[in-house]
Amino acid sequence: MPDFSILIEYFDVYMEGFINTIYSSIIALIGSFVLGTLIAIFRISSIKPLRWAGTVYVEFIRNIPLLLVVFVFFYGLPSLGITLSGFVCGTIGLTVYTATFIAEAIRAGIMSVPKGQTEAAQSSGLTYVQTMRYVVLPQALKIVIPPLSNQFINLVKNTSVLGVIAGLDLMYFGDQVASKTYATFDTYIFVALFYLVMTLPLSYMALHLERRLAKNG
Amino acid sequence: MLKKWMTASLMMIVMSVFILAGCGGGSKNTAESNSGAGAGASEETAAPATLLDEIKTRDKLVIGVKFDTKLFGLKNPANNEVEGFDVDIAKALSKAILGDETKVELKEVTSKTRIPMLNNNEIDLIIATMTITEERKEQVDFSDVYFKAGQSLLVKKGSAIKSIGDITKGTKVLAVKGSTSVDNIKEKAPDATVLEFDNYQDAFSALKAGQGDTLTTDNAILYGMMAQDPGYEVVGEPFTDEPYGIAIKKGETALVDAVNEALAAMKSSGEYAKIYEQWIGEAPTE
Repeated sequence: MPDFSILIEYFDVYMEGFINTIYSSIIALIGSFVLGTLIAIFRISSIKPLRWAGTVYVEFIRNIPLLLVVFVFFYGLPSLGITLSGFVCGTIGLTVYTATFIAEAIRAGIMSVPKGQTEAAQSSGLTYVQTMRYVVLPQALKIVIPPLSNQFINLVKNTSVLGVIAGLDLMYFGDQVASKTYATFDTYIFVALFYLVMTLPLSYMALHLERRLAKNG
Repeated sequence: MLKKWMTASLMMIVMSVFILAGCGGGSKNTAESNSGAGAGASEETAAPATLLDEIKTRDKLVIGVKFDTKLFGLKNPANNEVEGFDVDIAKALSKAILGDETKVELKEVTSKTRIPMLNNNEIDLIIATMTITEERKEQVDFSDVYFKAGQSLLVKKGSAIKSIGDITKGTKVLAVKGSTSVDNIKEKAPDATVLEFDNYQDAFSALKAGQGDTLTTDNAILYGMMAQDPGYEVVGEPFTDEPYGIAIKKGETALVDAVNEALAAMKSSGEYAKIYEQWIGEAPTE
């Protein structure tokens, strides 16, 4: 049984971190979805330089640890004269990093729509954008939902990277509470509970959406 | 098949080299510590009046220093010499007490081992970044203060922050998570925004990246950072009091007096200032 007096005594500290983690998650979630979709479109585009740029972006960012991506923004950007806070650097890093996985999930979804669909749409006079918008993407969405929700849940948990660059998130304050109380295990149990408060509803929503889309065919 | 065998035998060779190297190092260490203990035991049977007499009879001063602490006592892997502020103080003491700075034997101590080693007669003195505290005074005697340690501030040269008084609302102070320095700075400068990092390297990198205005921790660590990057300097007097002293076995007042006399002589002759400047990078404040 964890020591609930820690939770009660440091509740304000936990809450500050919790709220910042929610902010960071929401911003990075929207940001990475937009950026990821854009990159996915780049990657399947018929224009070679776009395809090339998309591939380079995905392969470069996705294959280095998130922590290092975030370090680049926090420790590296200032040498270019841009100094952003730990919260901002962490959220940007998270967005840039998660976008690669989202791009890959969306690309896989689009690729799974049979080529005949695209050909049929285009031969009936639809432009590339229209084909995407009305024919391919609605079908791809259904396939993409499960891997996307995985990425979003990962994203929420990955916000913990803010803790190492003084990003004032849940993990940052968790570390502080742990070092003050010396009750490391108990402190992090409560940190875990706060993460669950965010991720469980997200999991549930994903499941719900999946079922609804399956019903609508 | 042949290739597989060759790889396997190559790995065996590499592994045995490592094991042998490990054994070599290990046996050397035990030999050293054995001789140390043996020397201690034989001296006890001789039983001279005081430890100071004993040191003079044996004509060697055995001093416990840190081997892993930057600026104070660090083993240089290039030449196997232990170097630092504490080491030079040890040599200077040997010169003052025995007339020759080479008559000193340095033994590695850690914060955990130093008091037991002193009380087991394995070492005569501890000069190992040891803060004088009331609690420790019950176990050992201390010399006068030889280094005024305490929490201080590191800033980029030319910073507007010259002391803790210059920290105002909105000043970003960088520190390390879970250190007492965080509590101290929050108490002494409640308006400051304290940003905490996992370790000193990250905190210093953040300071260099301009993510904060100043970095706070023990000045001994800050001087080490200053030595690494001369673009940064320690400002103001330490705002917590953690004076380093030389520890001596309890009851050996003659040795305490001899050490204090030697320290005083070093300070008046300018030798202390020379050692201080060499390692700390600035003149001692007095």
